[in-house]
Amino acid sequence: MNPQSVIDLPTFEALRDAMGADYIDELVQAYFDETPQLLAKLQQALAAKDCDAFRQAAHSIKSTSNSFGALDFGALAKELEIMGREAKLDGAPEKVKSLVTGYETIHQALAELCND
Amino acid sequence: MTNVSPGRLLVVDDNKVNRLLLGRSLEQQGHTVEMAENGRQALEMMHARPFDLVLLDIEMPEMDGYQVLEKVTTDLQLRDIPIIITSALEELNSVVKCIEMGAEDYLVKPVNPVLLKARIGASLEKKRLRDQQRELIRKFATSEVATDLETSGFSLGGKFVEATAMFSDIRSFTTIAESQTPAETIELLNTYYTLMFEAISDQGGVVNQMVGDGLMAIFGAPLVQADHCERAVKAALDMIGMIQLLNVDRLAQGKTEIRIGIGIASGQVIAGYTGTTRRATYTCVGDTVNLAARLESHTKVVGKPILIDGATQSTLSSAIKVDSEGPFQLKGKTVEVQVFSVPLDQKK
Repeated sequence: MNPQSVIDLPTFEALRDAMGADYIDELVQAYFDETPQLLAKLQQALAAKDCDAFRQAAHSIKSTSNSFGALDFGALAKELEIMGREAKLDGAPEKVKSLVTGYETIHQALAELCND
Repeated sequence: MTNVSPGRLLVVDDNKVNRLLLGRSLEQQGHTVEMAENGRQALEMMHARPFDLVLLDIEMPEMDGYQVLEKVTTDLQLRDIPIIITSALEELNSVVKCIEMGAEDYLVKPVNPVLLKARIGASLEKKRLRDQQRELIRKFATSEVATDLETSGFSLGGKFVEATAMFSDIRSFTTIAESQTPAETIELLNTYYTLMFEAISDQGGVVNQMVGDGLMAIFGAPLVQADHCERAVKAALDMIGMIQLLNVDRLAQGKTEIRIGIGIASGQVIAGYTGTTRRATYTCVGDTVNLAARLESHTKVVGKPILIDGATQSTLSSAIKVDSEGPFQLKGKTVEVQVFSVPLDQKK
């Protein structure tokens, strides 16, 4: 897979340069630790129709994903955040599903970039 | 960009990636960084050790950014620590609310390192200047007045308070001054003021005027003290005791003894900061203050070092013995005033 298809390289490289090559691994690891938990929270919130918890989880996913350059993934999370804020979760299940499957690709791409 | 001295910073964010990102950037800029996962943890850390600056996320579990701001801005111990809000761009409304609540500044996440450095630098510099100002106030005002200024803010307005006023003066000071060198006179005054300040502050009093060899002190304001009469009388006894010790020294050096007179009166006084916003002093005025000044001057007539008025005497505990000096017609008073003297030997 070409990581560039899901990760904006200038953003990622700027982050790596700013943080240092060693530290970026630690950051990515923290992202790998946190994001599955946030995705699980998002799904739970959707099932419970808890709009506030839904919005918060989507918000967190969005903000950290954007930091690494996962901009499309972040944009999808942002759409969900807005749905949560407006308490309109009608179209949410489909998008949550895309987000969960999308994360697999992001994980793979970031892992490849770190091994470079 | 100017370099700022490193600070002790606290990063508060429930998201680990955000914490690491911010923490790393700040450490690279030379700061010492600690991290908290939520507001409750942040407050515990802020109470445990001093921080120069806090970077605060708004959305957090347990205790969010608003709740932290509310606690910090109403906490005397914490309210001077600058807080910078870190938020996502869409949270601009929340940012406005935070600034209104007392946050110093905000940064949009993901945080741009150059902007981060500039904002942190500016905030730390402002805090350093504020700390310096506070230090100056502490140096030039009594600690009670400094505390009063810090808690109530600077207001020149006055108010009625129940307090005890004290005047003290060195007897025959002009004669003493004529018999010694100017340097010796200044040294004597400095020793005298040091001793009097100590006796007065030990009892929670505030010296608010020093003119020549005389001083005025107030008990019960700006800090309220229920037993301000008793404190003033105890301070007066300590003052005389200290002068007696000073005299032992002076006699050994072949110098003349000094004697002081103290007048004390209690009641309602008008207390407040007088002056201009550029230079002001905490002071008390009113009949009670005038009476204390008259009693001080009356000590020369009675020949006893401490005179108090009836209002002061009536609230003293049985631990303090006083002698009635009867009613006196004091200068400037239409009615007679009951005057009491406080004997130096209280064990009798």
